[in-house]
Amino acid sequence: MDIAFSPEELTFRDEVGSFFDEQFDDELVARLRGENFKEAIVEWQQRLYKKGWIAANWPVEHGGTGWTPTQKYIYETERSERGIPGVIPFGIGMVGPMIYQFGTTEQKEKFLPGILNSETWWCQGYSEPGSGSDLASLKTKAELDGDHYVINGAKIWTSYAQYADWIFVLVRTSNEGKKQEGITFILVDMKTPGIKINPIISIDNEHSLNEVEFSDVRVPVENVVGEVNKGWTVAKALLAHERTGIADVAQSKRNIRLIKEAAAAEVNGGKRLMDDVNFQARVADLEIELMALEFTELRTLAAMAAGGFPGPESSLLKIKGTELQQATQELRMETAAYYQGVLPNNMDPDVLGHSWTHDAFRNYMYGRAATIYGGSNEVQKNIIAKYVLGLE
Amino acid sequence: MNFEFSEEQQMVRDSIARFVQDDYDWDTRRAIVASDSGMSDKAWQTFAELGWLSIPFAEEDGGFGGNIVDTMVIMEELGKGLVVEPYLPTVVLFGGLITRAGNEAQRSSWIPSIIDGSTSGAFAYLERQSRFEITDCLTHAKADGDGWTLNGEKVVVFNGANCNQMIVLARTAGEQWDRDGLSLFVVAADAAGVNRVEYPMMDGQRAANITFTDVALNADALLGEAGAAMATVESMIQEATIALMAEAVGCMGTLNTKTLEYTKTREQFGVAIGSFQSLQHRMVDTMMAYEQAKSLLFKVVCEYKQDPASAELSIHALKVFIEKNAKLVYSEATQMHGGMGITDELDIGHYAKRLMMINTTFGDATYHRAHYIDKAYAA
Repeated sequence: MDIAFSPEELTFRDEVGSFFDEQFDDELVARLRGENFKEAIVEWQQRLYKKGWIAANWPVEHGGTGWTPTQKYIYETERSERGIPGVIPFGIGMVGPMIYQFGTTEQKEKFLPGILNSETWWCQGYSEPGSGSDLASLKTKAELDGDHYVINGAKIWTSYAQYADWIFVLVRTSNEGKKQEGITFILVDMKTPGIKINPIISIDNEHSLNEVEFSDVRVPVENVVGEVNKGWTVAKALLAHERTGIADVAQSKRNIRLIKEAAAAEVNGGKRLMDDVNFQARVADLEIELMALEFTELRTLAAMAAGGFPGPESSLLKIKGTELQQATQELRMETAAYYQGVLPNNMDPDVLGHSWTHDAFRNYMYGRAATIYGGSNEVQKNIIAKYVLGLE
Repeated sequence: MNFEFSEEQQMVRDSIARFVQDDYDWDTRRAIVASDSGMSDKAWQTFAELGWLSIPFAEEDGGFGGNIVDTMVIMEELGKGLVVEPYLPTVVLFGGLITRAGNEAQRSSWIPSIIDGSTSGAFAYLERQSRFEITDCLTHAKADGDGWTLNGEKVVVFNGANCNQMIVLARTAGEQWDRDGLSLFVVAADAAGVNRVEYPMMDGQRAANITFTDVALNADALLGEAGAAMATVESMIQEATIALMAEAVGCMGTLNTKTLEYTKTREQFGVAIGSFQSLQHRMVDTMMAYEQAKSLLFKVVCEYKQDPASAELSIHALKVFIEKNAKLVYSEATQMHGGMGITDELDIGHYAKRLMMINTTFGDATYHRAHYIDKAYAA
C-alpha cells in the first residue's frame, strides 16, 4: 500500500510537464478554439506521436508507451492541470485496441500506423435509429456478394463523421440464434460510394453528431475484424475499453478549477461568490467526490496492470465519472449566472463580457450525452448487477 | 504505486476474519453485548494472545512496529464482525497518546500492559458543552506541590465503563476554548474522587460520564508537557479517525454482502426479490458507495503513511464522504430487508447503529466539511 513517487517517476513528471509547456503553445490553443479544429487537434496529436506518447494504454509492441499505472496517472494529472484536450478516442481509444487484439497481421499493418500518427480519422458506427441502449437489436445488414459485403442501413450519433476517413461498424450478418449472435465488426472506408452523412445539431447548438446512411455500400471481406458473426465479443471489449477512459477525472478536475477561478472573480452584494458558505460547501462536496473517483480509477488501473483487460467493474467508473462530470458542469453553469444563457452569435466574447461562459454552456449542454453514450448509465447498472453482483 | 497488502497484513486480516467466523458469530456477539460488562474478557485475551494489541506499537516499546496500513487492516476486519471490544479506545486512543506523549518510564509502564491485555484504556476529552470542539475544556488541574488536583466532568467516554486507566484532558492554564493550556493526565479509574455514571450506547459500546472531585495526581501522571497537549491530541485523533473510517468500510462491506445474499434468497411474488431492477440498481449504488469509500480510505492511508501532515485535508474529505455513503448503505440495507430490517434480532440494524455512532465520532460531516473549507478555500 504505497503511492509515493519514485525518483524516476518524479523525473518523468518533470519531463511531461516541460514537454506540455513547450509544445502546447498559445497559438495551438487559439486554433483549437477556432474553425479549423480538426487540423489543430491532428497537429497536437502528431506532436504527441513524435514524442511516443500518443497511445498511453497500448502495449509497447504495437506502438504504445508501456507506461505503468503511476505514469499514466502522472501524465493525466499534468495534462488536465494545463487544460490540454485528451486524444480523440475513436482511433487510439477504440478501434486501435480492437485491431491489435482481434485483427489479422495484414489489418494491423494496414491500419495501426495511420491510427498512431493520426493521419486516419476514425468514427464509430454502433447506435442506430432503432437501437440505442439495446445495441444488440441492430438491423444494419451486411450481405455477402462474392468477396464483398454489401451494407444497407443507418447508424446514428456518429461523432465527427464529417471529418472521418474510416468508420468501424457493427453489422448484422445473420438472423440465426440470439440477437447477440450474427453481429460482425467491420471497417469501412468513408469514401466508399453509397455513404451519406446527415448532420445532427445538438443541444449545444454545435455540429459534432451525425446520422450515417449506408445504401449498397460494398466492403471487402478482409475488412472484417475478428470472426464473422462474433462481432459482439469485439463490441463488448471495445465498450469496456471505452468505459475506463470515459470517467474523465481530468475533465472534472479542470471544471472544478475553473469554477473556483470564476467564483473568486464573481461578486454578489460586495462578497465574492467563493466566500459564500453554501457555494463553498457545494464545491467541497464535488472535490471530495472527485478524490474518491480518482482513487477508484487508480485502483482499476493497478488491477488492470496486474490482470490485463478491464472487466465489468469499469462500469462503475463510467457511472460515477459521468455523474461527476455533469455535476461539475452544472455548478460551472450556475457560476455563470445570467451569462449561462448568452449565445455569442459569432461576436467577440470579450465584447459581451464573461468570455468563459459560453464554454461552460457548451460543456454543460453536450455533457448531457455522457450518461447516455457508451451504454447508458442504467445499462451500466444492469451490467454490474448481472456480472459483478450475480443478480439475474 | 500499489494497493496490495504485505504477507503479514494478509495474515492478520485472515486471522481476525477466522476469529469472527469461529468465535464471534451473531449470537455470541448478542450475548456479549447483553452481559454485565458488555464485553468479553475471553475475546480480549485472545486479541492479546494473537498479538493484535501489539501491532501499532514500536518494537522498542515491545510492539510489532506496525503502521497505519496495519491499523486499517485490523479495524476493517473488526468492523466486518461488528466487534464491540474496545480496540479503538484502548489501543488507538489510550495507547496512541502514551506513544506520542509518554516519556520512557510512562511508555514502559503502560505499553506492555496494553499489549498483554491487562490495561483497558480510555480517553476522556468530551464535555457536556463541547460537542466536537476539543479545546472547549472546562475540566481543570491545579498544581499542588509536586502533583496536581483534578476537578471537572467528562462525558460519553468510550470504554469509560470498563477501563481501568484513562487519560484525561484538562486545563492547566488559559480560558475555555484556548488551544494553549491543555494537558493530559493518566488517571486510575479507581482513584479517590473519580465517579462513573455508566450507560450503554446504541451500538453496544459501554460508555460513561466521569466526574473528578479533587482527584490527587502525582507528578508522573502528567503525560507530555503541561499546557501543550493539543498537538498530541490532534495527531492521535487523525490516526484514530482513519482507524474508525476503516471500521466503517468494514461495516459497509458486510451490510452490502448480507443484503445481496438476502435479496437472492428472499422470494416475493414467486421470484427472488433480487430479480427486480429497482432493487438491483440500488444495490449497484450501495456497491459503488462501498468501493468509492474504500478508494478514498486508501488515498488517505497512503498519504498518511508518507507524511501525516499531508493527509490533513483528505481526512476531512473522508469523514464527509463516509458519512454520506454509510447512510446510503445502511438505509438501503434496512429497507431491502423489509420488516426484518427493523428488528432487534437481525444484525442489520446493529450495523446501522454502529455506523451512525462512527459518523458522529470525532466530528460529523458538517463539522469536517467546515474544516475542509477553512483549509482549502481560505481567502
